[in-house]
Amino acid sequence: MAAPTTPAEIGGIGHSVQRKEDARLIEGQGNFLDDIELPNTLHMAILRSPLAHARINGIDFSAATDLDGVVAVVTGDLMDQHGLAWMPTLSGDTQAVLATDKVRYQGQEVAAVIATDPYIATDALELIEVDYEDLPPITTPQQSLEDGAALIRDEKEGQTDNLVYTWETGDKGATEEAFAQADRVVTLETHYPRSHPAPLETCGILADVNSVTGQATIYMTSQAPHAHRTLFAMVAGLPEQNIRIVSPDIGGGFGNKVPIYPGYVVATAASLLIGQPVKWVESRTENLISTGFARDYYMKGELAVTDEGRILGLRVNMLSDQGAFYSDAQPTQFRAGLFHVVTGSYDFPAAHIDCKGAFTNKAPGGVAYRCSFRITEASYLIERLVQNAAYEVGIDPAEMRLRNFIQPEQFPYETATGFVYDSGDYPTALRTALEEVGYEDLRREQAEARAEGRLIGIGIAHFTEAVGAGPSHTYDIAGLKMIDSAELRVHPTGKAILKLGVKTQGQGHETTFAQIVAEVLGIPANDIKVEHGDTDHTPYGLGTYASRSTPVGGAATAVVARKLADKAKKIAAHLLEAAEEDIELASGVLSVAGSPDRSVTIQDIALAAYTNLPEGMEYGLEDVTYYDPPNLTYPYGSYIVVVEVDPDTGVWQVQRMVALDDCGVRINPMIVEGQICGGLTEGFAMSAMQWITFDDDGNCIGANFMDYLVPTAWETPRFELLATEVPSPHHPIGAKGVGESATVGSPAAFVNAVIDAVAHLGVRNIDMPVLPDRVWAAIDEAS
Amino acid sequence: MFPSRFDLVVAQTVGEAVEAKAAAGEGGRFLAGGQSLIPMMKMRVAFPDTLIDINRIAGLDAIERDNGHLHVGALVRHADVVASGITFGAIASAAPWVADPLVRNRGTMCGSVAHCDPEGDWNSVLLATGADVVAQGPNGERSVPIADFIDGAFTSTLGEDELVVGLRIPVPSGRSGGAYLKLERKVGDYATVAVASHLELDDSGAISGAGLALTSVNPINTKVADAEAVLVGQQPSAELFAEAAELAAVAAEPRDDVRGTAAWKRQVVRTYTKRGLAAAAQQAEGS
Repeated sequence: MAAPTTPAEIGGIGHSVQRKEDARLIEGQGNFLDDIELPNTLHMAILRSPLAHARINGIDFSAATDLDGVVAVVTGDLMDQHGLAWMPTLSGDTQAVLATDKVRYQGQEVAAVIATDPYIATDALELIEVDYEDLPPITTPQQSLEDGAALIRDEKEGQTDNLVYTWETGDKGATEEAFAQADRVVTLETHYPRSHPAPLETCGILADVNSVTGQATIYMTSQAPHAHRTLFAMVAGLPEQNIRIVSPDIGGGFGNKVPIYPGYVVATAASLLIGQPVKWVESRTENLISTGFARDYYMKGELAVTDEGRILGLRVNMLSDQGAFYSDAQPTQFRAGLFHVVTGSYDFPAAHIDCKGAFTNKAPGGVAYRCSFRITEASYLIERLVQNAAYEVGIDPAEMRLRNFIQPEQFPYETATGFVYDSGDYPTALRTALEEVGYEDLRREQAEARAEGRLIGIGIAHFTEAVGAGPSHTYDIAGLKMIDSAELRVHPTGKAILKLGVKTQGQGHETTFAQIVAEVLGIPANDIKVEHGDTDHTPYGLGTYASRSTPVGGAATAVVARKLADKAKKIAAHLLEAAEEDIELASGVLSVAGSPDRSVTIQDIALAAYTNLPEGMEYGLEDVTYYDPPNLTYPYGSYIVVVEVDPDTGVWQVQRMVALDDCGVRINPMIVEGQICGGLTEGFAMSAMQWITFDDDGNCIGANFMDYLVPTAWETPRFELLATEVPSPHHPIGAKGVGESATVGSPAAFVNAVIDAVAHLGVRNIDMPVLPDRVWAAIDEAS
Repeated sequence: MFPSRFDLVVAQTVGEAVEAKAAAGEGGRFLAGGQSLIPMMKMRVAFPDTLIDINRIAGLDAIERDNGHLHVGALVRHADVVASGITFGAIASAAPWVADPLVRNRGTMCGSVAHCDPEGDWNSVLLATGADVVAQGPNGERSVPIADFIDGAFTSTLGEDELVVGLRIPVPSGRSGGAYLKLERKVGDYATVAVASHLELDDSGAISGAGLALTSVNPINTKVADAEAVLVGQQPSAELFAEAAELAAVAAEPRDDVRGTAAWKRQVVRTYTKRGLAAAAQQAEGS
């Protein structure tokens, strides 16, 4: 990797600067939603449906109203009187805020109690009687689309079945032609199970609406405070200047804190009607059973290949389980996110993707859980398919990939589904990882172990991600273009404040974004305060998710810093009595080309900006930039996992995990590695143990951390990290997004490793999570 | 996660605790480590009227050996059992597998025994090694063999006015070994399947005493008496352990659930019985 161009005391790009935010978080001085106390705050608790599908014939809440300390009981009927019983979703559907007609999933919001303390609010929930009439629950999308299936969305005009959407892309004719020329077709049917982002901190809100001024100050666990302000204005009809969203310290988001949830709407309406602040903080169970889930794609992929192992084309049929409301958080024009990036890292001319979604009696969601809009599912499918194709053709899975990679000289490379990959060197990445893991030796050891009855498997995944949404010509959410912003002001003493439209949830923005400014202007990163999350005090932006902060907000930061650098050079020319074009800026020193003694510092410039300017120049050293990225960025990586499977029990253990990531220029290598370790852990979790499933009655299994498994350090394998660094050609500092790479790329590597251990028996698929009983059954059936 | 309203009584002596329990009746619950009870209360699955805190009672926190027995007081935490140098065999093997470090620091061995969760570890271990549960009520103390103490899932034969004050576990006098093999999905999880094995050897190396019990594969923790009978009197061997393992697999009545299929769980019982007995025999032979 490139060496840093600034000294450590400045801490520009490439320095592993200690995270500025850690001290306060570690010492208990963070300020999370539930830490915020306002006078006269009321507390809200939500009554949720115990049933997956039922008609509501009546709600008797008189006993709850009578309980001492209860201020109000809110039902769908009351919300309806204010036009708020339903709200729009981010995918153009509507979602019940509080149920009026039916409940459509277990855990759906039915009523809310507002009380003087949270204990009383919870007590009161037990006093509300709901008269439910059972309806047949639909728990799979296949069942949902059968003729005669009960209609889940009977309230929706024109909706006669449970189909949510259909969407296709690619070239069907060209793909059929490719398949006609293939020597063989490799097919894989697999389910990417429902998972949940499960942030450590659950979602919550403290809504404070001033009944006199109408000013609504809304403290909220939000990954996208500016977008949320606009949506609040649109949904609730509040004047936007009266809405201030404050997103305080956030204990993890992972996509879960992108949507607007019914609880937010009820708490805000309650504060407005009662005239006191109303706080609502979810329990763990509420978070897991009702807020945005992820994945739940049933995928059938077919790969047309030649006997030489060349891929000619790809055909994918996908059916998504959307739950009761279509509330995917994704760019408007795509019905299945960026799933069409499913062609992966490979050079082939034809692909056709055919998708549909179905309503079921399950929680809505479809959020991009540490994923750039369904890329996790896509990456998993293609990497599983390529591995299986290698077995069918009879060549090594690493060789199969090398034969089909997009080559370095082909970039920018347009895929069969229209993405234009910006840069990369895939063969070098894979070869480096293979060498590190000792691939050839491992294959020998695997053969020897097999002879002794031991099962060793080596799994590879080489993923390409598409992150940093996105260019305004293609990407918007609810009509809002996916631009982002940065505002930078340097004060007279040379210290700066940087204000962002994006919002950290643990990614380290307060450190890395300061480093970008340090790189450009030479102001030490520690002298730059980064502010974000408060819509009254930061410029507009669409928020932090889909690995977009660095590609979009980071680019805006570099551009605004460069604008200030340009002004600084003008001031320097004035101070040094030189021509502006002769001024050079490096590590905070502005000097005259060829005469390094004639120089001033950026701190001198900062003071001059308020005291001593050239004729006609405006005072101050401050600017704002809104950045519209020309393209997405395309990070990639080569992951290799080695496992040993116990043939008697199906239990598998990871022996090695080598992860090479290329995310372009690394602003803070330590933070990048932290992101990767976290993502690999999540990928391991989904592969090995983690899913949200339902019984036939639609009861959610996975409603707490005893059932929804989050691996600890004990289960999590040790990761060996490697890097290459091919810059993004269009990003101002050559960086690509990285937050999600490891979550996206690693599940296929883990699953491929287990499959590889038993592939010689003929096993080609085990669905995630790869539970030991599934492995044992696969071995048992095959042998 | 807010529990219902309850009264709290802090008992200073066993007598006070038992008295408070008698006064509270069915709505009273003892609080020791609280690692099962408190989460159940927060989820409003349990809603006792009165909690009787026994944590301040002096003398209940000892773990000691005396007269051929290991005595474990009602306030001995799982972590104390892990750290203790005077445990043996299956007990020493099981202790680090109970829940997670946080739960082990607070939760008590006696509390876990009294809770009678069929997915709990200790009752299988004690069924294998043998143990008496010591209970105290208004009429004094009595001892109940562990097999008679366990009544069903989450139910014991403990009287409504009795407190478990300790456990008395016989320490084998000759060569012995034991193991607790637990398949869990992650640290802190209940067992998907676990097998407790305990073997005692006579001077000839033949098995003179055997204990085998299963966790999480039956409605209650289950002692596999016919397998124990097959083992006693025989020299340890892979064939013998395979025979016992078949009997254990038959004794298991697992169900299909989110953790896995019944057929697979039975296979894990089979495998872990073989491996557990082999480990117990190896330990006994080396002792």
